[in-house]
Amino acid sequence: MAYQVPWLSLIIWVPILGGLSLLFGVDETRVRLHRWLALALAIVTFALTIPVFLNFDSQSAALQFVEKDVWFESLNIYYYVGVDGFTLPLIMLTSFMTIVVILAAWRSVKERVSLYLSLFLMMCGLMNGVFAAADAILFYVFWEAMLVPMFMAIGIWGGPNRVYATIKFFLYTFIGSVLMLIALIYLGIETKSFEIAAFHQHPMTLEVQSYLFWAFFIAFAVKVPMWPVHTWLPDAHVEAPTGGSVILAAIMLKMGAYGFIRFSLPITPDAAAHWADIVILLSLIAVVYIGLVALAQEDMKKLIAYSSIAHMGFVTLGFFITFALLSGEHKDIAIMGIQGGLIQMISHGFISGAMFLCIGVLYDRLHSRMIADYGGVANAMPKYAALFMVFAMANAGLPGTSGFVGEFMVILAAFHASPWYAFFAATTLVLGAAYTLWMYRRVMFGETANNKIAALKDLDMREMLILSSLAILVFVFGLWPAPLLDLMSASVEHLVECGTRSKISLEGMCKP
Amino acid sequence: MQNTILAIILLPLLGAIISGLFGRWIGRAGAHYVTIIGVATSCLLSFQILWQITNGDFPVINIQLYEWGRLGNLSLGIGVLLDPLSAVMISVVTFVSLMVHIYTIGYMKDDPGYQRFFCYISLFTFSMLTLVLSNNFLQLFFGWEAVGVVSYLLIGFWFKKDSAVFANLKAFLVNRVGDFGFLLGIAGVLYYFGSLDYQSVFTQAKFITDGGPVISVGMGEWSALTFICICLFIGAMGKSAQVPLHVWLPDSMEGPTPISALIHAATMVTAGVFMVARMSPLFELSTTALSFILVIGACTAFFMGLLGIVQQDIKRVVAYSTLSQLGYMVAALGASAYAAGIFHLMTHAFFKALLFLAAGSVIVAMHHVQDIRKMGNLRKYMPVTYFTSLIGTLALVGMPAFAGFYSKDAIIEAVRHTEIAGSSFAYVCLVAGVFFTALYSFRVFFLVFHTKERMDDHTRSGLKESPLVITLPLILLAVPSFAIGWNTMEPMLFGDFFKQSIHVLPEHDSLAMMAREFHGIRAFTLHGMATLPFYLMVAGFITALMLFVIKPEWRTRLVSKLALPEKILSNHFYFDAFYQKVLVGLGLLTGKGLWKAGEQRIIDGMMVNGSAKLVNTFAAVIRHIQTGYLYHYALLMLVGLLAVFLWLYFQVK
Repeated sequence: MAYQVPWLSLIIWVPILGGLSLLFGVDETRVRLHRWLALALAIVTFALTIPVFLNFDSQSAALQFVEKDVWFESLNIYYYVGVDGFTLPLIMLTSFMTIVVILAAWRSVKERVSLYLSLFLMMCGLMNGVFAAADAILFYVFWEAMLVPMFMAIGIWGGPNRVYATIKFFLYTFIGSVLMLIALIYLGIETKSFEIAAFHQHPMTLEVQSYLFWAFFIAFAVKVPMWPVHTWLPDAHVEAPTGGSVILAAIMLKMGAYGFIRFSLPITPDAAAHWADIVILLSLIAVVYIGLVALAQEDMKKLIAYSSIAHMGFVTLGFFITFALLSGEHKDIAIMGIQGGLIQMISHGFISGAMFLCIGVLYDRLHSRMIADYGGVANAMPKYAALFMVFAMANAGLPGTSGFVGEFMVILAAFHASPWYAFFAATTLVLGAAYTLWMYRRVMFGETANNKIAALKDLDMREMLILSSLAILVFVFGLWPAPLLDLMSASVEHLVECGTRSKISLEGMCKP
Repeated sequence: MQNTILAIILLPLLGAIISGLFGRWIGRAGAHYVTIIGVATSCLLSFQILWQITNGDFPVINIQLYEWGRLGNLSLGIGVLLDPLSAVMISVVTFVSLMVHIYTIGYMKDDPGYQRFFCYISLFTFSMLTLVLSNNFLQLFFGWEAVGVVSYLLIGFWFKKDSAVFANLKAFLVNRVGDFGFLLGIAGVLYYFGSLDYQSVFTQAKFITDGGPVISVGMGEWSALTFICICLFIGAMGKSAQVPLHVWLPDSMEGPTPISALIHAATMVTAGVFMVARMSPLFELSTTALSFILVIGACTAFFMGLLGIVQQDIKRVVAYSTLSQLGYMVAALGASAYAAGIFHLMTHAFFKALLFLAAGSVIVAMHHVQDIRKMGNLRKYMPVTYFTSLIGTLALVGMPAFAGFYSKDAIIEAVRHTEIAGSSFAYVCLVAGVFFTALYSFRVFFLVFHTKERMDDHTRSGLKESPLVITLPLILLAVPSFAIGWNTMEPMLFGDFFKQSIHVLPEHDSLAMMAREFHGIRAFTLHGMATLPFYLMVAGFITALMLFVIKPEWRTRLVSKLALPEKILSNHFYFDAFYQKVLVGLGLLTGKGLWKAGEQRIIDGMMVNGSAKLVNTFAAVIRHIQTGYLYHYALLMLVGLLAVFLWLYFQVK
């Protein structure tokens, strides 16, 4: 076999090692150089995903670009990475958003710039590692390691209440992941392997599955986050620097959702089917209850944080209605639900990231996130007003933007499971529009509220570049989601075909 | 042919993009040229297609432009369905849009947001075209929401005005309530028909004979088609401003007048009517849904007409009149006279756009005063506006020979012929509505153009007829407002013009029953002068003439006698107050309550920080055990040993 370029390892380790190298020779006079270096590293990382994308066989659900090396042989732990239709888009999203974050920090981060840039680069590599890992222990290592830079980012560049927020963030996610570790070790011992794919092939009784399901569930539900374990998110967002919020919303929340389709559904399908109603209920609470709570927010970042929770509710809803749909013989619709959830993940990455960047633009200028401090910003910043409007509409799920695609598909699929699911999910049409546009109205419209707002400068070239490229993506995936859907479809079909079949006995289980 | 259709759709989009993104470079004139050329070309091409269809040498076109997404075996696409129904719609939309584009040059002359405005109205035209040309429910929803957004942007065009940004948020949210139903309806369509493609859905629907499948929602079982149709119609109620989702339309008058004409009178608000007509194969299958539609439409036609009488703002009178006329169209749909609904949609588009633009012409002359109490005798200063308004008013009240007469009479007759539940109620509402239509129309007409001059001297000195860019669209709209009915009524209502687009079950076919009594347009016109609606219209005219021109003192006496109804009417039947105070208030209160109680007190306060506190307290207590004194530890050791011994002792024993 010809020599294979280890694309995935490069995608993982280039930003991590590059980020580490920035830390050496920290010298405040060389900040400029470090900025350019960090940007170059981020762009290289993203560029590395392009050959993977181009050579990816979207007809196959198998892991591709696989690399497997011994790590701890005695424990059957491998350095084992690969991508499939679920993870490739997420890796591309992560690498792309890292470029965005580094550009966004160009002027607004002034202290310890090198450390900041290096943390976000490392985060990028670690998150790519989470998505690429095909070995459970490798996955766990990346999963936990990723928390550290985020923890530091909030702790160092955060707002006044950052200590409370970081501890809350850390405890929540850590307690969740400990349970996941126990589940992984149990599975590792049972299957004598830590390959995630091997877990998928392992038959278990409903009782065992239920224990594992809940262990996984807590880990992932905290990350998504689902009601009622979501309160760390608004706090973390409010305190986090803009870049932290962007990565948190755009990528980290997706880890939980990714966990559901990689672990919960295929490893414990019977338990997932058994408990699906509860997850659906929690998802609908996220849409309705959180939507109402978002309406009451006075802090823009908190508002968007709550809106993120509501939007992620569609992801979990789309995943967990699968079982009801399959028992009702709606295979195509089950595919639609899962695809909808996945699209929502990607789209929410762009939109929530963009929303936090938009708030960051104002925060950089006036150092306030409170809605009441603004008013009539559109008078002073017309370009910003236009772009912010695009993202606000996308956040409200407007057709033609990517925000619509996932919600539409999930609502349509949910109707097949029960019209009531669709009914409650569809309230987002009203609630999402209400909280987003009401905020927009109070911040952007009206007479110029005060002299500070009158003196605001409109977007500069750098900000225009960041926000308009996100806007273009929002439109492209809204008007033509077909390429993204096609990229994922083989993996989704495989999941619906095989991953969700009963595992209590070996009969009827798909062979890889 | 595909290229022609693409050009029709995309030229306005191109214009919008150019004037929106490059407005600063191409300048004001550049923006209006580029958008007007785009829309004008679209309009001419639409006319050409309509002409070919009328001559019968044009097959129905149903093509997919691209695949939007594929899910398993389900393919969702973006495409075009060009049939007589959509051909009429694109012609009306592009024509009125063109008139409004030209008119805008004059109306928005001094506005700093000139290019932005042209961008929005061209974008609107594009959105409306994608809506009416859609061949599937997905794209329909795209267009449906897109016109909603542009409407939102245009109502809030003057975003410094608080009333404008209040109105646009209100409009968007009320529409979203409608869309909520609409989306559930679309989900229902996918559930029962397994497709979102019109053709596939309608073909299947034609084979449903026994009321179709059932759905169990909450209590009992519903006919699935009734459920779907009512959900879809809720969407139409939002967009076409039917009671009780009508509240946004009067407020939308905060936007500049050209868009009131284009969006909130002629095109977007009729999208709901178009949609139901498009879905006629589905709606025909549910008599319950038809009855619901009929009653809602009739209520809107009558009660919103009543509100027109007490308005003092010239645009709001026209707005309530639009609501009432939309009610007529919707009632036609309920009576299965879809063609009559579309026919009225068309005539109304011309005369209502005309009335709005004429009102705008008056507003420009009055230096943006909109209160009719401060106008009067403007016919002296503005002859063109006066005559075109007269034509628009006569069309609106249904004067025989004017366009509005044919379409409105057709609706009233169709409702008379229909026998579904609620039809007699609807008939009474619609006929009574004719009186009030005449009353409010002539009221505003007299108060603006006749009676004595009530404006201040400064305004009076500046009064003059509007420039050609404003009067030309008025004249061009006045022509169809007068004449469009003569040659179109018979083929549209009784001929087979809409045969390929609209499907009516024989037992519902009220137009077919009317056709038996129809003996040519001349006879219909003459007969129109001997019917109840005609007398009511004349009565409305005379009442207006007496109360507002000849004997104004009667009005004061009348108002003092009718204090309570007057109060109810000037509060718009308290719909706004109810929504604002009860629904919005409740929503915000729930949000605040959940946040303070649910989030802060229970989840964070008790569960999260509570458990942290519990650990703290526990640690604080435990800490006291570790005092550091040796004798404390020794004592504890003794106690422990004693306990162990005792335990062993009892175990053994």
